[in-house]
Amino acid sequence: MSDDRPDPDALLASLNREAQRAKRGKLKVFFGMCPGVGKTFAMLRAAQQELRDGVDLVVGVVETHGRVETEALLAGLPVVARKQIAYKNIVLTEMDLEAILERKPKLVLVDEFAHTNAPGSRHPKRYQDVVELLDSGIDVFTTLNVQHIESRADAVRQITGATVHETVPDSVFGLADQIELVDITPEALRERLSEGKVYMEGRAAGAAENFFKDTHLTALRELALRFVAEHVDKRLRELRSVGTFKTVWRSGERLLVAVGPSPSSTQLVRWTRRMAASQGASWIAVSVEGSSPLEADAQRRLEQNLSLARELGAEVVVTHDNDVAAALVRVALQNNATQIVVGKSRNPRWVDTLRGGNLVDRLLRTAGSIDIYVVPAERAAGSPIAWLDWRPVKASPAHEYAEVLGVLGALTLAGWFVVPHSGYLSVGLFYLLAVIAMSLRVGPGPVFVAGVASALTWNFLFIPPIFTFRIARFEDGLMFATYFVVAVISGQLTARVRAQERNERMREDRATALFHLTQALSSAKSLDEAVFAALRQADTYFGAKTALLLDDGNGSALMPHFAGSFTITEKERGVAEWAFRNRKKAGRFTDTLPSAEGIHLPLIREDAAVGVLILCMPRDITLTLAQRDLAESFATQLAQLVEREQLRAAGEREKLLAESEKLHRTLLDGVSHELKTPLAVLSAAVENLAAADDATRASLADEIRTATRRLNRLVNNLLDQTRLESGALKPRLDWCDGHDLINAAVDGVSELLAGHPFETDIPKDLPLFRADSALMEQVIANLLLNAALHTPQGTPIFLAAGVDRSRSRIFFTVADRGPGLPEAMRERLFQKFQRGDAAKAGGLGLGLSIIRGFVTAQGGEVVVGENPGGGAVLTVYLPFTSHGLVPAE
Amino acid sequence: MTMAAATPTILVIDDEAQIRRLLRITLEAAGYAVVEADTGQLGLSEVPRSQPDAIVLDLGLPDMSGLEVLQKLREWSKVPVLVLTVLAAERDKVAALDAGADDYLTKPFGSAELTARLRAILRRAPEGDEPSVVSFGDIQVDMAARLVRRGGAEVRLTAKEYAMLRLLVVHRGKVVTHGQMLRELWGPKAEENTHYLRVHMTHIRQKLEAEPHKPRHLRTESGIGYRLVED
Repeated sequence: MSDDRPDPDALLASLNREAQRAKRGKLKVFFGMCPGVGKTFAMLRAAQQELRDGVDLVVGVVETHGRVETEALLAGLPVVARKQIAYKNIVLTEMDLEAILERKPKLVLVDEFAHTNAPGSRHPKRYQDVVELLDSGIDVFTTLNVQHIESRADAVRQITGATVHETVPDSVFGLADQIELVDITPEALRERLSEGKVYMEGRAAGAAENFFKDTHLTALRELALRFVAEHVDKRLRELRSVGTFKTVWRSGERLLVAVGPSPSSTQLVRWTRRMAASQGASWIAVSVEGSSPLEADAQRRLEQNLSLARELGAEVVVTHDNDVAAALVRVALQNNATQIVVGKSRNPRWVDTLRGGNLVDRLLRTAGSIDIYVVPAERAAGSPIAWLDWRPVKASPAHEYAEVLGVLGALTLAGWFVVPHSGYLSVGLFYLLAVIAMSLRVGPGPVFVAGVASALTWNFLFIPPIFTFRIARFEDGLMFATYFVVAVISGQLTARVRAQERNERMREDRATALFHLTQALSSAKSLDEAVFAALRQADTYFGAKTALLLDDGNGSALMPHFAGSFTITEKERGVAEWAFRNRKKAGRFTDTLPSAEGIHLPLIREDAAVGVLILCMPRDITLTLAQRDLAESFATQLAQLVEREQLRAAGEREKLLAESEKLHRTLLDGVSHELKTPLAVLSAAVENLAAADDATRASLADEIRTATRRLNRLVNNLLDQTRLESGALKPRLDWCDGHDLINAAVDGVSELLAGHPFETDIPKDLPLFRADSALMEQVIANLLLNAALHTPQGTPIFLAAGVDRSRSRIFFTVADRGPGLPEAMRERLFQKFQRGDAAKAGGLGLGLSIIRGFVTAQGGEVVVGENPGGGAVLTVYLPFTSHGLVPAE
Repeated sequence: MTMAAATPTILVIDDEAQIRRLLRITLEAAGYAVVEADTGQLGLSEVPRSQPDAIVLDLGLPDMSGLEVLQKLREWSKVPVLVLTVLAAERDKVAALDAGADDYLTKPFGSAELTARLRAILRRAPEGDEPSVVSFGDIQVDMAARLVRRGGAEVRLTAKEYAMLRLLVVHRGKVVTHGQMLRELWGPKAEENTHYLRVHMTHIRQKLEAEPHKPRHLRTESGIGYRLVED
């Protein structure tokens, strides 16, 4: 039974998927086998029905191609005007995505899903516009033919011979919530064709004739029907997985396809996608970067292949290794792939053998239990002959060849003088030594040349008979042959070892860069510091200017981080915002707004983006795949960092909240007790007042007075504390007379001081000092009150004041003979609601907190000490400066 | 000063009914007639109607601030005003005094304090009727002769000391703000130099008070000014 228990992760994932789907708009595709079956017509009819049902819909773009019936159906539907885009002297019109997003209807009609947008549009493809519409919660009706489905494009080309340029990735088609197959028999279609009701864009009549052949139509129809059936089946499976919480991948199968720059790789990718879809398996596309960088053209083709794989739903992995087979097996094992798909080698057998067996052989040797599929590739016209691929892509510079020939020349000259003493054999050994030594310095091409040239020179000048290429003796022949092979192979081997080393170094560089980043991030003390370190790393590693935009915390605006090394333009900001909202990378090297200056990588946390990293480099610098990979790792690291920081802040807030809750409870307990005691006294005393005789009445009045004072004190303390905490406290410094302050303060607390012998020691000439007199009066009163409340009746209280001129400060000290304050308590003492252990009733424990607050606000400090001979001493220090001259009379 | 002199009328402007009731009880017991208003607007319209001899004005009113009431009132009336404020608002007190209030009282206050303050602000007699000799404790100030005596012996004060003392004597029983004193004695530019006052006051107290550091008559109102207390 336990097997049927839903896996919580799977449950969560499917719920997320459902939630995601609930939020996004619904996509309905009117799907046909070829143009002319009436998709647009069907879509408009459905739209009219929706309109009658009161749905708020607009026409984003609909092509009627002048058909009367279709145009009639368009009547009454609100249309969003198309955007005009000027391109090379002509004006193109495209769907106005921004206007529709602004308008935010419930439903949009977007004809021709596979359409390619005019250059300069937000997205190169119309389906990307549609995805954005769906993402913003707008439903979309669209039309599509089977020939435009990426994975079926090959099949259509094989059926009809026509190449399809505009395709829609299967993954995008997979977004469709509803597919309406617009079906028509081939005969009916041909009839429509003859009536001129079918429009085919830019197609010569002959070609159209060919396309619409009966046999072709039948095949296309079957293709369309099967595709829809397959899609429905997949949806069904997905639904079932939601129902029973089983994983989507029924067999745990996982396919891995090796992708290179060749056009055959494109087919390989499509083949694997079909295979994966039919098995219900996930798949990975792997590109193995070798030691030498690819030419720009090959690099571009490789990227196209990888992005095709990505669009078809593959996970793309880029790895680095000289040994492709080993790399593939490694990635396969890491990702639990069960099947590896590779193209059939087109190299002549001897080339493969020279290179240690072909890829398939090596895979078979090392793959263990992983299945290997070898898919034959048709050679596309104009593709380079594969055996030439082993040539170093980056040709060695001419000076290396010159260097090699120079060294050989010098050696030959030296050999000419040496040969009478040592014999020609040792000259051969010198040559060999030189070739191997040079292979450490120069590229494989020059080494090869050196090997061949030295062999020939040795033969011509040294092996008898000299000055001929003939070799007289059999041993010499054998020697020459051995020399030749050893020189060429050892030269090449050394070159390869060097290449491997370089590759290793590059990988190490990347690892080091990441390591430095992680280290910088983990050692940083604050988010700002970490971001600063990370951006500087990125600057140096990518040779780019970097900027970072961070979410302002409400998810509404992106704020540039100060550590960025440039200020982004309005246009780039728009790109960044797109990347942020859609949680996809955008800008250069991507599918969205590739004309932007920088590459915009969103920092993605689990469910939202927290910011955008922008790398901006000069036009002529391109990033290799590996570098882009690294850039994305940077973004991931930064995202983690930002998330960590946000979590920390959230934790802090939580802690603060808990603390303030605790505080509130204490306050409430304290306040209710403190308020209720005098109130109880008051109400009892007032009730007794009427019936009391004169003597009792006097003492009741005394009680009432005491209770009132206590209440007043309490309220004042609470108000003061509030003022301190709200930050509303702004001391008004003015010249104060210490005697005046002390008199006022003592007056205020005289009743409570009554039980204590009170002594003062204030110099008669205590100078004026700058302070807020009201606050200082409170401070001194609170100091006295504190002493009175916390010491037993009858113990003396002592107040002193004076100026410490050497340190430019004035002090007020209150000492008592009470129990004193243990060292451990002293810091805690100034916190709110702290009362001495021996506290008498009659205080909230706010007194000292207020003293400290008031004194600090005036630039002073409070010091707690021990009274020699017992008791506590509290001293308040304030900065002291003498006042200016008072003008003479 | 006819009927009003017999039973002076006090206008109480306060939005708290309980405070108004309490003030009425206290003031009527002390021999005043009381008129009440619960908003600033009503209070202002009540002034011409009942011609009060003094106004007790709460600074915190619901419709307009007590300060505004004071400013409007002072445009056309010199009737003495005692403002009521809450503690910890020295700035408001000073502002009210500068705007023309005659004195202030901090809530909560005792009834003795209230009647004493009212007496002081009501004592303002018509110009010229001011007695030329004022005594408090063992001190006599003869303003006509510009002479100060303590226990019969003449006390020599400097010109500024005498000017300060005279100001307090004229306004005896009432608070005189630092600003008022500085403006009067040193001109409008000297308002920041409160240490002038502190220094001179120290000297005056040394000459006149028995315990200069615990003055009985020349009292300090923290953060506001000085007050001459007669008894």
